[in-house]
Amino acid sequence: MFIKLILLLPPGDDLYYYLNHADDQHYTLHWVLVIVLGTRQVSCGGLLSYFRNLLGSREMRILILGLDGAGKTTILYRLQVGEVVTTIPTIGFNVEQVTYKNLKFQVWDLGGQTSIRPYWRCYYSNTDAIIYVVDSADRDRIGISKDELLYMLREDELQGAILVVLANKQDIEGSLSVAEVHQALGLDALKNRTFQIFKTSATKGEGLDSAMDWLSNALQNRK
Amino acid sequence: MNAFKRDKKEEEEGGGNPFQNIEKTTVLQEARTFNDTPVNPRKCTHILTKILYLLNQGEQLGTTEATEAFFAMTKLFQSRDVILRRMVYLGIKELSGIAEDVIIVTSSLTKDMTGKEDLYRAAAIRALCSITDVTMLQAIERYMKQAIVDRNCAVSSAALVSSLHLTKIAGDVVKRWVNEAQEAVNSDSVMVQYHALGVLYHIRKSDRLAVNKLVAKLTRMSLKSPYAVCMLIRIACKLLEEEDSAEGGSSDSPLFEFIESCLRHKSEMVIYEAARAIVNLRRTTSRELAPAVSVLQLFCSSPKPTLRFAAVRTLNKVAMSHPAAVTACNLDLENLITDSNRSIATLTITTLLKTGAESSVDRLMKQIATFVSEISDEFKIVVVQAIRALCLKFPRKHGVLMNFLSAMLRDEGGLEYKASIADTIITIIEENPEAKETGLAHLCEFIEDCEHTSLAVRILHLLGKEGPRTKQPSRYIRFIYNRVILENAPVRAAAVAAMAQFGATCPDLLPNIQVVLLARCQMDTDDEVRDRATYYCSILEKQDKALANRYIVEGLQVWIPSLEKSLHQYTINPSDVPFDMKSVPLASIPSPEEIVNTSGKAVSREESYAEKLQSVPELVAFGPLFRSSEPVELTESETEYVVRCIKHCFPQHLILQFDCLNTLNDQLLENVHVQVEPPDGYQLVREIPCPRLPYSELGTTYVVLQFPDELGATVGTFNATLKFLVKDCDPATGLPDSDEGYDDEYMLEDVEVTLGDQIQKVTKANFGAAWEEAAASHCELEDTYSLSNMGTLEEAVKNIVSFLGMQPAERSDRVPEGKSSHTLFLAGVYRGGYDILVRAKLALAEGVTMQLTVRSTNADVAELVTSAVG
Repeated sequence: MFIKLILLLPPGDDLYYYLNHADDQHYTLHWVLVIVLGTRQVSCGGLLSYFRNLLGSREMRILILGLDGAGKTTILYRLQVGEVVTTIPTIGFNVEQVTYKNLKFQVWDLGGQTSIRPYWRCYYSNTDAIIYVVDSADRDRIGISKDELLYMLREDELQGAILVVLANKQDIEGSLSVAEVHQALGLDALKNRTFQIFKTSATKGEGLDSAMDWLSNALQNRK
Repeated sequence: MNAFKRDKKEEEEGGGNPFQNIEKTTVLQEARTFNDTPVNPRKCTHILTKILYLLNQGEQLGTTEATEAFFAMTKLFQSRDVILRRMVYLGIKELSGIAEDVIIVTSSLTKDMTGKEDLYRAAAIRALCSITDVTMLQAIERYMKQAIVDRNCAVSSAALVSSLHLTKIAGDVVKRWVNEAQEAVNSDSVMVQYHALGVLYHIRKSDRLAVNKLVAKLTRMSLKSPYAVCMLIRIACKLLEEEDSAEGGSSDSPLFEFIESCLRHKSEMVIYEAARAIVNLRRTTSRELAPAVSVLQLFCSSPKPTLRFAAVRTLNKVAMSHPAAVTACNLDLENLITDSNRSIATLTITTLLKTGAESSVDRLMKQIATFVSEISDEFKIVVVQAIRALCLKFPRKHGVLMNFLSAMLRDEGGLEYKASIADTIITIIEENPEAKETGLAHLCEFIEDCEHTSLAVRILHLLGKEGPRTKQPSRYIRFIYNRVILENAPVRAAAVAAMAQFGATCPDLLPNIQVVLLARCQMDTDDEVRDRATYYCSILEKQDKALANRYIVEGLQVWIPSLEKSLHQYTINPSDVPFDMKSVPLASIPSPEEIVNTSGKAVSREESYAEKLQSVPELVAFGPLFRSSEPVELTESETEYVVRCIKHCFPQHLILQFDCLNTLNDQLLENVHVQVEPPDGYQLVREIPCPRLPYSELGTTYVVLQFPDELGATVGTFNATLKFLVKDCDPATGLPDSDEGYDDEYMLEDVEVTLGDQIQKVTKANFGAAWEEAAASHCELEDTYSLSNMGTLEEAVKNIVSFLGMQPAERSDRVPEGKSSHTLFLAGVYRGGYDILVRAKLALAEGVTMQLTVRSTNADVAELVTSAVG
């Protein structure tokens, strides 16, 4: 569907605002004719990069995976609404749209209970990135977490996906450090994979921003 | 604009359904689109619609197909399109029963049901409950409780109705929601209140006391919702019925008061429900009925057709049980005869027919005739049934009614409708001899243009049976022969058989039928028709009345499956001896109750017993089973040992089958047998004991006796004693305490062997002919008896029939009213294949005097019959 959108911008108005607004209304912009009235200087480089994003962008599809109780759902809603919400064990999945610094992500939070893990694979296709959440305080099950991670990374459909590992629950005393989690998951042995590990505390909101910054950059630079 | 025009054109061409040509595999292929990102809501909604359409058309999905489609569908939760999401809910509900692992959407649905979007919440609850099993229910219980008391009435209703559905899989969990349901009953929303009452009742329905309390409380608080009040009325009625059956009913129960008070409710729905309830209660007295009927009467003149329909329908139902009450509404009903709604008019007229006097029949029939062609078959059948009842009630009106029925027969209509008319006419013919000729004439006319083979065959059979004995049999021949020329093979065959009946019974018609008509039929293209024609021709050629009687007028008297089996046996073992018809068990004539109970089961009593007896090796040698009696109880039903006896009659032997039941759980019986003391002449051939009779298992022991040569000695009484070895045992395990046991015995009631046990009933289609024929070939005995202890002819007839165990012929077991004399005809076969015909002339004069004439192929048998009666 082609929609011609002619924007007559009075001087001083924010071009970005209109473009964003148009996108919000679910129009697919195939081409846009912009007539700028008046003399306001528009940074050509910024505009171009915006168009590149706009035209080439689809929503990035991200999976949040990890064992049950690692904090996946809390992270999802922390990213979406910026608050800590009360969660119950996820039976199935939650899917939300998350906007981070003008980038849109479609984030799938899949339940981590043993009975639900087999269904993860139903949601692998077209995935751009995986956020793998580890409960750093759960020393007993870190081994299982590693197995699940490796098992998952072997899937064909996920070969191109960027991996972010979050060593979550850093606020709890006595939890494993980033290095220890790195070690325990055997990330050293990981080849041919863009990945990074971050220490986070979803409840306190620490570390998520830097992880998302890195991920946004990695996704944009991927092409 | 163009698109609109095209749509219109397509519609006119009848191609209006865009889903007409969709195919399962294609649609499932398309469903893979659900996996694409980003989701295209319009496209996906369309595909989901197709899937739902297919499922609703009855298309079956396999588990794998359904699961694949289901998981693809779960991807659509990423879209925030409202329409698409609601379609997904529908899809989830439809597939939840077929697909596996449907719990995968639990979290997503829980979020939607608790979320802000009101459009999602109710539908999400319904979908969630369809995917939830008992284990998962615990996880969502909290949300369900919240939803039940939600302020949004759509959400609350959805939660309540879903709870009702969940009671099927997890009644105990739902029971815990009783407080929430209780709160919802107080809701302002009419639907929520209604649904909440439904849930409350369902939770408590197994506890009568709790239901009583609930009803008592709710009847006091005057519910706002008319639906809830209607439901309350139904619950109250149920309680009343149960109360009545328990303690015989008390007229001023508060429940009844409540129902009666609802007659003054402001909602018409409630008023109707209350009236209907009162009318349908078994206990209602005419005094209590009056206000309910006057409400219905009022509804009869309502401007709303639904109310009029409801009122008339209810009145129609009770017209039989409370005719007097309905008669009170006759005036109002009369006004509805001309109602523009044909359903109302039909019901009105049939109601009036049920309650009306004989004098109004003509008028009503005329009225109904004006629009009978406009009503549906279903209502036409209602009319036919009313007419049938009317004919039995007012036999003198048969002329009007019969004319009406024949007019209906000529109209268009389905098989069921036509069959009900034909049935009615046949019933009238059978019940009312005066109506016979007109009835047959109408049926003849009907088969001239009858498209239903089965009906035509039935009517031809009836014509063959009844036609020859009318005043002018020849008039029917033309109708019957026309069928041979015009119809399909089954009808032609039936017509040939009917003509043969005329040939066999009416000598003056014989030359035409035999030489001309049947001869022509021998050229028929159909095998069956040709075979029948040839068969009948060759019998009629012999000019032998007896032969014709036996092979044309009378049908086969053997049990057809047995005949088939016997013939099969005969062909397997070829022998020089011709096949003996007498070796085939006779067909027993089932009693009316048996016909009702065993409809569809094509095994006679003898047949099933014969098979059981065949399975006992010691019992094979006694020839074909001739007759089995009904089981006779030889003990009271609540004694230690329950024994019943079935008498199996063989040509020369009598086998007594004793079915024994041990009702003592601390005893194991062994070597169980019955010792009988037969009267003189009987010889004990063999006893077959039952080796083991554990608690509560049915065991069988047999006694084989040889009948005495002297037939007079066959009727008598046997003393019987149950003998066995008792071993005490542990009630829990049923194992005996020790190997030692002791002998014991138990007195049984006497076993009586009657004449009836030795006679098999046979149906004689034309008793007169058979009787005449027997005058020459059979020996005859005649005697006169005085049956002083019989008060009426009916009683005498009933007793004679049951005593002799023979089949009444020519419907002679029905005594016309007001007659002081009657003749009863009976036919039967004595064991060994001796025919018996009995004519009993009865006269009523201080008791009943009977002249009994017996004709039999065996003199001893005739002697036995006459002596047994004395």
